[in-house]
Amino acid sequence: MDFSYDDEQVALRDAVRGLVGKTYADHDHRRSVTAEDPGHDEQLWARMAEMGLLGLPFAEADGGVGAGPVEIGIVCQELGRVAAPEPYLAAVVLAGGLVAACGTDQQRADVIGPLAEGEGRPALAHDEPASPVTASQDGDAWTLSGTKEPVLHGGSASVLVVTAALPEGGTGAFLVDPADATVTAYPVYDGSRAARVDLDATPATPLGEAGRDLSSSIATVLDLGRVMAANQALGAMRTALSATTDYLKSRKQFGVTLNTFQDLTFRAADMYVSLELTQSMVDWATMVVATGDAEALADAATRVGLQASRGGRHVGQEAIQLHGGIAMTAEYSVGSLVAQLTLLDHLLGDGGVHLRRLADRIDDHGLVEPLG
Amino acid sequence: MRLELSEDDQAFREEMRTFFTSEVPEEIRQRVIEGEELSKDDIVTAMRVLNDADLAVPHWPEEWGGRGWSELRRHIWYDEMQRAGVPPPLAFNASMIGPVIAHFGNQEQKERFLPPTASAEIWWAQGFSEPDAGSDLASLRTTAVRDGDDWVVNGQKTWTTLGQHADWIFTLVRTDPEAKKQRGISMLLIDMSLPGVEVRPIELIDGGFEVNEVWFSDVRVPGDLLVGEENQGWTMAKFLLGNERVGVAPVTATKRALARLKELAADTLADDPLSRSRVAELENELLALELTALRVAAHSADGEPHPASSVLKLKGSELQQAVSELAVDLAGSGSLASGAGDDSGVPAWQRRTTPRYLNYRKASIYGGSNEIQRQIVASRILGL
Repeated sequence: MDFSYDDEQVALRDAVRGLVGKTYADHDHRRSVTAEDPGHDEQLWARMAEMGLLGLPFAEADGGVGAGPVEIGIVCQELGRVAAPEPYLAAVVLAGGLVAACGTDQQRADVIGPLAEGEGRPALAHDEPASPVTASQDGDAWTLSGTKEPVLHGGSASVLVVTAALPEGGTGAFLVDPADATVTAYPVYDGSRAARVDLDATPATPLGEAGRDLSSSIATVLDLGRVMAANQALGAMRTALSATTDYLKSRKQFGVTLNTFQDLTFRAADMYVSLELTQSMVDWATMVVATGDAEALADAATRVGLQASRGGRHVGQEAIQLHGGIAMTAEYSVGSLVAQLTLLDHLLGDGGVHLRRLADRIDDHGLVEPLG
Repeated sequence: MRLELSEDDQAFREEMRTFFTSEVPEEIRQRVIEGEELSKDDIVTAMRVLNDADLAVPHWPEEWGGRGWSELRRHIWYDEMQRAGVPPPLAFNASMIGPVIAHFGNQEQKERFLPPTASAEIWWAQGFSEPDAGSDLASLRTTAVRDGDDWVVNGQKTWTTLGQHADWIFTLVRTDPEAKKQRGISMLLIDMSLPGVEVRPIELIDGGFEVNEVWFSDVRVPGDLLVGEENQGWTMAKFLLGNERVGVAPVTATKRALARLKELAADTLADDPLSRSRVAELENELLALELTALRVAAHSADGEPHPASSVLKLKGSELQQAVSELAVDLAGSGSLASGAGDDSGVPAWQRRTTPRYLNYRKASIYGGSNEIQRQIVASRILGL
């Protein structure tokens, strides 16, 4: 039982903070970067590759670093601290994660290698606005038809990792060249990018063994994504609170600083409570990932997802309210943090979705046991 | 970062679990689990069983019965105790005055008081709050005036929990009326059987009488019962309240109460999605709180409390209240039958829900009200 980082993890955190935090220290930089495609800082992305961050979760044989979930969580938290628009979650954790989990040796070499080098970026096309995307087989050739949307960072992807209903039942995943699909990119409210991907008998390569149901692998990668999204949300919450307390100490009204008003300081104290509860849950869920137990991960992902949703909304909403009008402006950083918290909340199922799942399962246990 | 307990700590947990479930009388633990009221005998019996096994005051200095455990082991000890339905050692003794005497008392006081305090031969009461000194404790007015070797005490204490059972009371008294608020206060131990001490019960909103007023009229207290230095009482009060805050977040007991409620109200919950979602939400909040308690315990190894410890009292009391509120809702109209006897058609658990709900409103008031906790978080942690 240990909730603290070891020396190497502290060094990683400091290095990532130095790089990412420095890049977005000036909020104007974030504004100018997100104003144009691809919606993030490609120089920073290249530096992250140099530092080994983009290959962090992957096996060394695939061109990765072979680090554990705690290290990935550290990167996500640091990105969240500055509301970085970089597609780390989308490309590395989700799309890269699924290829690493299910791809053939060749597919892993083709996708993971370039991703880790910063030279190619996969995007996961999973969500569907209407009916499921279906896969069809003709001999060894596969095609996909239907629409995937929103596909986070789909517009700048070098390869699309598309989930689809298999002809024999179950869900498979396929690699699709974006040039073969119709990709319509657009900005998301937090400055990042998403896309609509239309597929119409589009050629696709099955990820791993053709025709195999990958439902459980997909579910596990999405669960990992939920835990990492919560890590990123935690980082954003921490900055939202510190920006708020700094502001309360410096902003004057009625001739005094705002921290003179007890109502405001008490609400900041409640934000701290939400933050610390979220931190505990994020640390725990990240450690559950490390156990490699998919069922335990599914439970932990749901639980941390609910806590991060509740905590993120509370801290984000109060951060804006306690700042007042300034936090309503795009010019000020708190709005970006809240926008990103909102995106992270809804990316892989929001608090309500998680709560419904947990409510269905209350008879499965007596006490909830964090230590198993 | 590592989730599992070490092998040693796992073995320790097993040892605690076995002891609590096999050595503490089953009927007492059952009463705790069912939320029934405990008698003085129940509490004393349980504490003696613990003390005979050196498990009543593990956090005291080792020469007085402490065990020198890590914070994590203390957490496990407390967790397993609540899980098994063992009444925790009497807080006034084990968490409040015991550590104060061990830390600030003289040798004679330690020898005289610590053993019977650990064994509950003495039942202590807390004499801090007064009618005009609640959250603003330092404005207390009960006086102790020197007369020869003795102190003569006059004044009134209130909210004295279980004072009706108490043999002794540890009090904060004003010994220097000229000094500024905090400076003129001393800590005095008073035998409640002395002439001039009067205990008057206060009826609470749940119909119970767990708190009292304690009046002192020219009570003559021997001079050797002052703890620490004269006018240093505030230092000891802060020490005591700091310890108290850690002990008042019974996370596991709340978890256990919620798990039991799921069993008792299984029929209602089976087809009530709204209540099921309240259960699920509370379970998740309790998990977050428990993990925070573990984080605090795992990080307090060097004696410095983790800053998140202030979250424990604040959130712990709110969740304790929320579970008691859910119980009333699940009991439905059965919750009205609080005054019915055991021949009632309403199940006992339903009849007990409302008094407990009303009683637990105290949880966000005592031990430093939750507003005081917010003040601590805002000023000490956030620097506001």
